[in-house]
Amino acid sequence: MTDSLAMLPLLLEGLRLTLQITVLAAVLALVLAIVAGLARSYAPRPLAWLAATYVEIFRGTSALIQLFWFFFALPLLGVELGAFVTAVLVLGLNSGAYGAEVVRGAIGAVPRGQWEAATSLGYGRLGALRRVVFPQAALAMVPPAGNLAIELLKNTALVSMITLSDLTFRAQILRAETLRTVEIFILVLVLYYLAARFITHGMGRLERHLARGRDHGGLAP
Amino acid sequence: MTFDWAYAAAILPALLEGLVITVQATALGMVVALTLGLAMAVVRQGGPRWLGWSVGQFIEFVRSTPLLIQLYFLFYVLPEIGVALSPLATGILALGVHYAAYCAEVYRAGINGVSRGQWEAAASLGFSPWQTWRRVVLPQALPPVIPALGNYLVAMFKDTPLLSAITVMEVLQVAKITGAESFRYLEPLTLVGVMFLALSLAAAQLIRGLERRFGRLGRAA
Repeated sequence: MTDSLAMLPLLLEGLRLTLQITVLAAVLALVLAIVAGLARSYAPRPLAWLAATYVEIFRGTSALIQLFWFFFALPLLGVELGAFVTAVLVLGLNSGAYGAEVVRGAIGAVPRGQWEAATSLGYGRLGALRRVVFPQAALAMVPPAGNLAIELLKNTALVSMITLSDLTFRAQILRAETLRTVEIFILVLVLYYLAARFITHGMGRLERHLARGRDHGGLAP
Repeated sequence: MTFDWAYAAAILPALLEGLVITVQATALGMVVALTLGLAMAVVRQGGPRWLGWSVGQFIEFVRSTPLLIQLYFLFYVLPEIGVALSPLATGILALGVHYAAYCAEVYRAGINGVSRGQWEAAASLGFSPWQTWRRVVLPQALPPVIPALGNYLVAMFKDTPLLSAITVMEVLQVAKITGAESFRYLEPLTLVGVMFLALSLAAAQLIRGLERRFGRLGRAA
């Protein structure tokens, strides 16, 4: 038992990298999700088409394949990004594609009457979106965004396969050195579980914050 | 470096052989996920309270931790406790258990969609709990969740490349080995991406058909 506690600092060091990648990729994903989600519904044809292609490609292939492609194949085309940048970029692009669908769905679910009311009050299209529609849709985006954040956290385990020494990578190293498989992996599973709980908790708070001053949550009638 | 079509054509047969393994693993993994998931959903709802609670915690834990770690865990721990499975079988088991947790939640939504009156009516007709589940509840609960289960089939398909981490010769592993031999990763990895994209898009089309047939979960029946 004391020995397994001695392994903890090494694993926590790995957890730090895991969380770093999760946070940076989440920020990238958030921006991409909003841009691509809006572009798909409201941008001029070529841009909407570009957004749709991005979403379909990153949702249609698997995160690990994308990671390998950017890490092994892209340098052959002359673009060398390094493992850390590749990890953040690919995981961000991957989550962003799923997030774009969340954004599109939530905005599409805001009743037409809200657009019409905003227009009749003199809002332009962009103003109505920014001031009336998006704030309502944002609340409905939070629960699915929380699920995506947990999927992202879990996906960061894949970066261990492109040489980054995240939590999963360190677990592998420790296992090879000590052969105490069960303890190490249970410890690692618990660390991931706690990180996921933390995300769930944070998203719950965000949802309550956004719901303040409303009669009902989300888009429920 | 540009895309070498002749080389791509030369490695295509080997990749397709790998794709067969990928599809097999997905199909068998889904069989495990569907049956184990259903068992967990029924126990959670109809079993003794302590058991239902434990199953609920297990589902939560599996869903919050990375599949890759679960895969390593089974791969290293099963032999230690005397269970000798091939890497492919271990991979199928890991995929099955991981997605069973997701499927259980889907089933649960379906089961909750069956009104209380159905249970009471069955009880008043003298049905045993087993008969009620089999003859009354599940026949109503299952059809509406078929499209949602289809989405998890696609998600699992996109996760099978992870089996390459435990040496299963599925399509990504074949691509990596091919790439390492020739120092050309561009063609194998791009081909694998295209294969996944094609199959995922086809499956998405199929699921849209299922949604038209069975309705989407949550929409009033």
